[in-house]
Order: sequence, then C-alpha cells, then structure tokens
Amino acid sequence: MSTSIDQQWTTRLRRKVAGKLPPEKLLPDTQPAYVSSWIYVFGVTTMSALAVVIGSGLILSLRGPQWWHESSIGHFVNSLHLWSVEIFFFAMVVHLWGKFFMGAWRGGRTATWMTGVVTFLASIATAFTGYASQSNFDSQWITTQAKDGINSTGAGAFFNVLNLGQMLMWHIVLLPLAAVALTALHVLLVRIKGVVPPYEDKVGEAQ
Amino acid sequence: MSSKPFRPDVDAPEWKGGHSPYDIIKEGTIALVVVGLLTVILATLFGSPDDHEITIKNWANAAPTDFALTAINEMNGTTTTAGYGAPYNTASEGQKLGPFALAKWVGVRIPINTEQDFVVKPLESLPYNAQLSSALSTWKSASTSQQTTWVNNYTKADSTMTFKNGQIVVNTTNAGPVPVFINDLTAMARSGALDTALVQGGNFFSMDYTKPLLFLSDGGYLAQLAEKQHLLGSQWGMMNETNSYPGQAWLWLYTFWYQVSPFSTSANADVQVWATMMLLSVILLFLPLIPGLRAIPRKVKVYRLIWREHYRD
Repeated sequence: MSTSIDQQWTTRLRRKVAGKLPPEKLLPDTQPAYVSSWIYVFGVTTMSALAVVIGSGLILSLRGPQWWHESSIGHFVNSLHLWSVEIFFFAMVVHLWGKFFMGAWRGGRTATWMTGVVTFLASIATAFTGYASQSNFDSQWITTQAKDGINSTGAGAFFNVLNLGQMLMWHIVLLPLAAVALTALHVLLVRIKGVVPPYEDKVGEAQ
Repeated sequence: MSSKPFRPDVDAPEWKGGHSPYDIIKEGTIALVVVGLLTVILATLFGSPDDHEITIKNWANAAPTDFALTAINEMNGTTTTAGYGAPYNTASEGQKLGPFALAKWVGVRIPINTEQDFVVKPLESLPYNAQLSSALSTWKSASTSQQTTWVNNYTKADSTMTFKNGQIVVNTTNAGPVPVFINDLTAMARSGALDTALVQGGNFFSMDYTKPLLFLSDGGYLAQLAEKQHLLGSQWGMMNETNSYPGQAWLWLYTFWYQVSPFSTSANADVQVWATMMLLSVILLFLPLIPGLRAIPRKVKVYRLIWREHYRD
C-alpha cells in the first residue's frame, strides 16, 4: 500500500534516479571487455581540458578583463586558457568522429549522441564569444567580420557581437553554464546507457 | 508472437561477454594531470597572441585621408554601415535567403544614422569653436536637399584630397560646412577625442563599442592590417589568429563555404552560409534518425579498427 511518503515528489525523484543510475553505474569499477581502444581516451581528455579551460577562466576573472593585457602572469593564464581550449576542441572533434564510426547512437543512445552534438555547438559559441571578448586587434577584426553573418540571420538584433559587455557576459556566464550542464547530462547518459557494443559482422560478432 | 527484427544501425547487440577492471576516478585524475601539464608546456613554449587594439586615433594618424574619406562616405551614405539595412538602418533590404529578408523582418534594433552618429553628434560634443559652431548652425538650418548638394559636391572632389600641415584639403566649391566638418572630425579623431565620443554614447560607463567598431570597419585601415595578419575571409581568416597562432580551426567548414561557388560570388553569402551550416548541424544532430546516413559507419567499417582486439578475439 502506497504511503504519503511514497507519494512525495522527493521520494519519487530519488527512487527514479536510483533506478536509472545506481552507484555501480555512476562510478563503475568494471567495463565491457570491448572498451579497449585509444579512441576512448578522447572523451575523458575533452572533459579534462574543459576543467582546465574553466579553471584558467576563473583565474582570469579574478582580476577583470584588462588584467591579462597588463600583467605577465595574467598573460600566462590567458595562454593556459587558449591552449586548453585548443586541446579541448581537438579532443572533442576526435571523440565525435570516433563515436560516429562506432555508431554510438545504437541501442537507445540517440539522446547521448544528441547531447554530445549540442555540447559541441555550444562550445563553438562559447569559444567564439571568448575570441570576441579579447579586447584587442583580433577581437576587433573578428567581431566586425562576424557581425555580417549573424546580422544576416536576424539574430544580430539581439546578439550584438560589437557589444563587448554582452559578449563577455555570454562568454563567462551564460554559455559556460550551458556547456557544463550539457556535458554533465551527456556524461550521465553515457553512464546510464553504457558504452555502445561493437557491431555484429561476419568477421566478429558481439558475443 | 514475433519479436521486432534487429536493425543494425539502430539496435545494439546485448553484450554477454566479459568485463575488465576499470578505475574511472584514476582514469579521470590521470587525464586531468596529463592535460594540465600539456597545457602548461604549450603555454610556456608558445604563449598567446595579444596584438594591441586599433583606435580611431591610430587610424586617423596613420592614414588621415582614409579616415577623412570614410567620414565623407558616412555622410554621403556609401559606407557599408550607411547602406547596411537592419539591424542598423533601413538603407537596404539586407541579405536574403531566397525570398526571405530575415534581418529586415526583425527590423532596426540598433539604430545607426552614420551622418548624425559618426559625424555631426561627435562634432557637437567638441568644446566651443566659432568656425565649427557656425558650420553646425548652417548645417542644421539647411534643407535636406541643400545638405545633400553640399555633401555631393565635396564627394565629387574628394579624389583631390590631401593631408598637409595637419589639415584635410580638398579642392571643392559650394560644399557648405562639409569641409569644416571633415577637417575638424579628422583633427578630433587624431586627438583621440572621437574614440571617447563614440564609445561613451553620452554615458559615463559603457562596454558597447558598436559605433566605433562600425566606423573603424568602414575604412580601409583595419582591413589592411588584417590582410597582413592573413585574417581576411579570402585568406580563410575566420579560422586564423594573429601571428600564426592556431585560431578557431573548428570553423574550417564554415569558412570553407565562403571560398567556393556559389557562395564566393553571392551577394547573400553570409545568410546562405549560415543556412547551410544550420542545416548541416541539424543533420548531425538527428543523424541517428536518418536512414542511409546512420548506416555509413557500419558500411565503411572503421569500427573494425577501433574494436580490432574484440574482432581478433
């Protein structure tokens, strides 16, 4: 017999989460034997690079947007930010191609694929607003060129790349929140659904 | 009761094989340390670019006639911004995707009147100067057709423009107050006062650089510097960075379209390339649901390389 506690939103949510993602799935200590390839490295590399991107970005935010232009330490932190972004995108693109060639959406993993793609697109937007917020010659050129593409879609009326304040806010608040939330959702879906098994074919079949 | 047939591009076989030990925390920690160290090494070895911004003061001092020509073009309506259309003004329909003028539909949300915002209002902000004050009064009391005549007369003679002894000189007659405007605006720009007048927009605080950036990009100076840094669109500049640093390489496909026909010769290239990229992004997003495309990995068999140990075993 269902009690009033059973009917609580909190109880129902906890049971649902625990059913979908028990501790052994969230933090597994074994994995299927087929998960044995260098390509699997790029998912965790992408997440690690994202952590460095966020860490270096947080340090840059401590002293404000002009700091990295005026201080050698600030410039070095900016260099960390730049190179971690390059590693992040390199790893992410390899991860994406790897998952494509694995057909990683199979077996009910369509949402995992989709959250990955949206994370990729959100990351491109995040990086773009970072380039637009540099407040140097590069950002002047990038924004004055990019405005034409965005304006042509009508979006430029609301997303003004020439407005440094707006670009900076998108870069350090809105888009990172979206990118991190999407990454978390993507990883949770990977943990819930597991890593896609190999294709069956005449050379070797999934057991 | 028959079970649903197995669809190789949609379904995955249930794994009934073995498992191996996997320390996810250790893996994540090692990855973070390795990526962190790699980042430090790259940052130490290569640093990052930071070419100083270009001010309108820099521009007007380095290329005073380019600045002055841009200023008269802001008045005669022939600059990119003056003829842009939405979201800045109604001077043109803007780019169209087939029959759809998307920007025009949204309308003018960031109003820019280049004659007023880039020339007349900044001049009005200058300290009192009898000649300029008289010129501004003459301009304001004149009819629109008279103003147009003055601007056109100046424009016709602007090929004779020179910069001598700190003055913009143009051999023109019947241009009314326009020669004073262009000369004083150039002097204002060379002093740095125009940067301030355009950025602040009447406010003490501002982080909106829309007007100075639009003015700057209407001239030829910024593009000349960008070309030297291989940043032009024709140089695949979208994915480049100053000083040969790696830029937004992930935009390679986006910038690729600008290099090929029909986009490379289209007056609507920006919106067409955006539409193409949006379409491709949607296809990538929904790829698991698209028969044919979702079968590609199974058919090309790269997976056998990825899972070579599994298939060998």
